[in-house]
Amino acid sequence: MAHKKLIIALAGNANVGKSVIFNYLTGLHQHIGNWPGKTVERAEGTLSFKGYTIDIVDLPGIYSLSTYSLEELVSRKYIAVERPDLVINVVDASVLERNLFFTLQLMELETPMIVALNQVDIAKRKGIEIDNEKLEQLLGVPVVQTVATKGRGVSQLLEMAIKVIEKGQTTRREVMYGEEVEEGIAKIIETLQNVQFIYPRRYVAIKLLEGDEEIIREIAKLVPQAVKAAREVAGEIENLHGHACSTVITSEQYEAAGSVARQAQKLVPPLKLTAEERLHNLTTDRITGYIIMVSSLLLIFFGIFTFGNYTSDILSNFLYRLEPLSTSLFGTGIVGSLVWGGVAEGLIAGVTVALPYIIPFYIVLYFLEDSGYLSRIAFLMDNVMHKIGLHGKAFIPMMLGYGCNVPACLGCRIMETKRERTLAAFVTTLVPCAARTVIILGLVGHFLGIQWALALYVFDLVVIFALGRLAFRVMPGEPSALIMEMADYRMPQLRTVLKETWFRLAEFIKIAFPLIIVGSLVIKAADVFGLLNPIANLLSPVTVVWLGLPVITGITLIFGVLRKELSLILLAALLAPVGLQALTPVQMVVFTLVAMFYIPCVATISALVKELGGKKALYITLFEIAFAIILGGIALRVLTLFA
Amino acid sequence: MSSKSIEDYLKAIYALSRNGKPISTSEIAEYFKIAPASVTEMIKKLAKKGYVKYSPYRGVHLARKGLQVAEKVTRKHRLLERFLHDVLRITEEKVHSEACEMEHALSDEAEESLCRFLKHPDLCPDDGKIIPACDLPFSTCEECIELHKKNLEESGRRQQIPISITQLKKGERGKVSFIRGGHKVLQRLCDMGLTPGTEVTVVKSAPFHGPMEILVRGSRLALGRGMTEMIFVEA
Repeated sequence: MAHKKLIIALAGNANVGKSVIFNYLTGLHQHIGNWPGKTVERAEGTLSFKGYTIDIVDLPGIYSLSTYSLEELVSRKYIAVERPDLVINVVDASVLERNLFFTLQLMELETPMIVALNQVDIAKRKGIEIDNEKLEQLLGVPVVQTVATKGRGVSQLLEMAIKVIEKGQTTRREVMYGEEVEEGIAKIIETLQNVQFIYPRRYVAIKLLEGDEEIIREIAKLVPQAVKAAREVAGEIENLHGHACSTVITSEQYEAAGSVARQAQKLVPPLKLTAEERLHNLTTDRITGYIIMVSSLLLIFFGIFTFGNYTSDILSNFLYRLEPLSTSLFGTGIVGSLVWGGVAEGLIAGVTVALPYIIPFYIVLYFLEDSGYLSRIAFLMDNVMHKIGLHGKAFIPMMLGYGCNVPACLGCRIMETKRERTLAAFVTTLVPCAARTVIILGLVGHFLGIQWALALYVFDLVVIFALGRLAFRVMPGEPSALIMEMADYRMPQLRTVLKETWFRLAEFIKIAFPLIIVGSLVIKAADVFGLLNPIANLLSPVTVVWLGLPVITGITLIFGVLRKELSLILLAALLAPVGLQALTPVQMVVFTLVAMFYIPCVATISALVKELGGKKALYITLFEIAFAIILGGIALRVLTLFA
Repeated sequence: MSSKSIEDYLKAIYALSRNGKPISTSEIAEYFKIAPASVTEMIKKLAKKGYVKYSPYRGVHLARKGLQVAEKVTRKHRLLERFLHDVLRITEEKVHSEACEMEHALSDEAEESLCRFLKHPDLCPDDGKIIPACDLPFSTCEECIELHKKNLEESGRRQQIPISITQLKKGERGKVSFIRGGHKVLQRLCDMGLTPGTEVTVVKSAPFHGPMEILVRGSRLALGRGMTEMIFVEA
């Protein structure tokens, strides 16, 4: 039986170390994509073990299998429809009760499964001892203790997985509900006898009682009498308990999870607060929390920009030295300039932003996420984000936006609803990314003084706030409030952080690079065929008359669509020999303002298309062009009054 | 000291305070636009009757007994505002002062009928504040609507009105008993472990009405303001 193929899915709550186990098992043999037609991430990897080729699917971290979020729906369908050979339920030993609630729900899907009892080291430090055998006996499935961050127990886990798959699983304990609920379930199952459905009958019966919309819709087509029977039973249960049927069922599930947890664990809370708890208290405190947050964010930004600036210079100096090589190969004719000025310069543009700024940004971000600090920042910033109709989690993509808007837009996936994803993505495109920072610092900061550059940053925050609020008012729908688990702090793992960084970077390159290259090829072609000056003249009513800028800014702003700081670099070149000093201070400010807001760059637009769809991406782009032009014109007129 | 002025004071303290933090008498004075001295005198009387706890330098906060009264009268006030606004079409600016007069005369029975008549509203019309819970033993308004078709009297009453979790002090505990916002909100909370009857402990709250940190079933949750205001507990 050489090279038999197996599929194993990892399922569990968020922050239980699922992805650590996933990384440990699959190494770099991973593929991160989306679930078909959904903006939910699907991570897959392969490994070979004992003559098997095993596909590991890392399901999203969720708390329940209801259909509140897309992630939950996707996970449930995956297990029911694609029927993996085994599900490994990763459970956080330090929060056993909540995790077992999910375990019991998984069991109802009647899929073969084992439990990975992870983070037993953290649990021990919190004074929680878990009796493995007892837990196995209560759950009826094998339980393997692991400390994934140290790789402990992971190979035993895999061995157990294979053993269960080979032997087949028989024993299992299902949650037994109260008598009347069980009777009701039996009654509904009877009506389902002759139906073939993707979910097990008992599961369908329970979900019908809970009023699960998706399942009611499907079953109503097949066996309408089952839906009717469920409604009757639910009514009886509601009468008896005085609570909605779904509440009764969820309560009983939690009751069962709690009872398993209480029987399997021994609690000896430590007398002293653990270091993790003290750190938690410090970082969420109303005074020290904000001090730590602001200073660490400033440190991070300062560090990344210093590093990015330095390496970006070195990289571009190095890459531009390749120009003679290109010239000698392709000449200086039309082909030559298209190859160098189009393809190569586009690539350089991409590389000099991606590597120096985005890589360190991602590393720091995943370091913070892995440690648990990001959820504390979300806690502290919830109130501020609330003002623009978002909750604390939206601060994370916004923060990312200061590095690059592309990952920031992709990062808006962490928001639960579509409405919030759209709002958050819109707001993040207004955040001045590294490229815009180059313009702000290189033009206004350099010639007018750093205080003016800072003023522009503050102004940007005001704009974000005002436009965010406006969008929040205009967009239909209710804001959803924050519900977020703050898992214990833990030591981030370099391996996991680097891997996440690597996969995100690959995603960035896939989205951004083709467009940057094609875009710069198009513009270079326009240049070669002498179309740029006519275009600049065409734009002059806007650039010269309304914005009071030199005619050539029309060209540079078009280049800026590829990559914002190109507009400045090009402007300097076109204004030679005088250089940027040829601009008046007012022109500098107006130009910078327009460049800051006028359009998300082409890579960001494609990220927007990917996350929100073409229509919304178009609206956002058009709005920002109009907004920047209007703002620039007003700024010109106001500033001339004072100049 | 009339019951009307007791209710007015308790309602004011309820509106001004959060997380059981004491508020100063001058804040109350500003609220009523009267002299701080007369507020202090009144607060002392309320403290004597066990409605509030007062210490001269730290300020005043509601005792359990006072909190119950405050929730009740605030509920009546906001329901009346809804009625005046939605049914009688009185303008937003005027409903508050009208309701202030009527709330003291509204009986509990009439309040319950009013709630049903208005189809169990969640928010008051003028400033969008959450309407406090009643003493029927349901965990959402939907349950009340469902069961009202049958027999309401059978379901009995709670011993006390559930209080908003936002009124709990740091370290205080309560049992989840009523959720505003209906079934969707309840299901979301249930999935995170906040099923009706679950004990929650308030750990802290972020400043400026930010989110609250609570402990539930051994795990630590951050709940945004929009969410905490929906949660009512029996403490």
